[in-house]
Amino acid sequence: MSKRQHISATVNGDPVEFLAEPGATLLDALRDDLGLTGSKEGCGSGDCGACSVILDGRLVCSCLVLAVEAEGRRVETIEGMAEGSKLHPLQQKFLEHAALQCGFCTPGLLVSAKALLDANPDPTETEARYWLAGNLCRCTGYDKIIRAVMDAAAELRQEKV
Amino acid sequence: MSNVEFIAPTSPEQAAKALLAGGPGARPLGGGTDLLVQLRSGRLPAGLIVDLKRIPEAIGIRQDGGAFVIGASTPGITLSEHKALGLAWPGVVEATNLIGSTQVQGRASMAGNLCNASPAADSVPALVAARATCLIVGPDGRRTATVESIAVAPGKTSLAPGEFVLEIRLPARPGRSGDAYLRSIPRTEMDIAVVGAGVNLTLDAAGVITEAHVALGAVGPTVILATAAAAALVGTKADEAALANLDAAARAACNPISDKRGTAEFRTKIAGVLARRAATIAYGRAEKR
Repeated sequence: MSKRQHISATVNGDPVEFLAEPGATLLDALRDDLGLTGSKEGCGSGDCGACSVILDGRLVCSCLVLAVEAEGRRVETIEGMAEGSKLHPLQQKFLEHAALQCGFCTPGLLVSAKALLDANPDPTETEARYWLAGNLCRCTGYDKIIRAVMDAAAELRQEKV
Repeated sequence: MSNVEFIAPTSPEQAAKALLAGGPGARPLGGGTDLLVQLRSGRLPAGLIVDLKRIPEAIGIRQDGGAFVIGASTPGITLSEHKALGLAWPGVVEATNLIGSTQVQGRASMAGNLCNASPAADSVPALVAARATCLIVGPDGRRTATVESIAVAPGKTSLAPGEFVLEIRLPARPGRSGDAYLRSIPRTEMDIAVVGAGVNLTLDAAGVITEAHVALGAVGPTVILATAAAAALVGTKADEAALANLDAAARAACNPISDKRGTAEFRTKIAGVLARRAATIAYGRAEKR
């Protein structure tokens, strides 16, 4: 057994501390140590995007980040997306457009879509599809997801005017 | 991934020392998009992981005269956001940005792509055509090497124990220069190159090519610097005859295997086609600079 390391990081704006095995992933730490089970493990190899989080402003697969790498870093997960009981516009639009069926990919898709709209508030449909190509969904066929993202983008832009 | 150890040194020398002391199981960590997958699958034995990202020189893009110095662990998405780099080396940037998803781009680095030593690595033909060099740090100090000298076989590099790539340097280049990279995959995104071709050209005032470099990926055990293919372009305006000569020379340089991604015959033919198309794009870019 390798020696566990003490890690301090910021998760969804809150300071957190945990002990991490050197080989544990950030996804393991979020789910097992911090109880944030919204991020899912689909493939564990960076192919499916179900574990997507934002690390120091960059969208990443938390299954391909070591927990010990998070020392001093800022992590944003799906749990930080709604404000209390008020859903983020992306979450609301996913519900309205029925952009999910089994829901396993949904947290990762929402985090990825938020990263897209943070970087590009007015994406074309093609840009949205390319940006979200790293998030696999085996239920919806993607069209409803794209419609929800485009609709949420439009709503967020109107709010800023 | 049990039984791995992890350290994050803040100087290159500490990293080299740790990699040497860690023995054959010691690995430098950049973005981890190859390394962590290989460790988890058991393809690589567990050992010491040396994270390079706390070393200041390993992160970021610096301009040095007309050259660009890119830290080994700089994620791909950072390249796409750097305007001056994109204007000078659009082919290198587009090649790097072809690697994986947005999530992978948030982590994966060019030096990692290079040192993973896949023959199909997308950034490598563009870097070889660009005549990029690596700054290597090791237990005996620092040395510089060409990008094409790093991979020696699939998954194997020429780096000695304790050595790692700290920076990749794209040389200063004259005006009227342009580069391009194209790859063939059976879909539009998220796949490994069946063939890749990088072309880098410099023109004179009349539009005649004065310098050309052509590199081909996934058509041999390592990326091929196709010097005869490049020579077919020098002294021409990339006209149809020159492109036909380039096509033939590129095909002659190929030494591919047949596998589930494509047969040797298919790869060879496509290498010629991609070299032509990349040369045409690079020529158009060089005319505009």
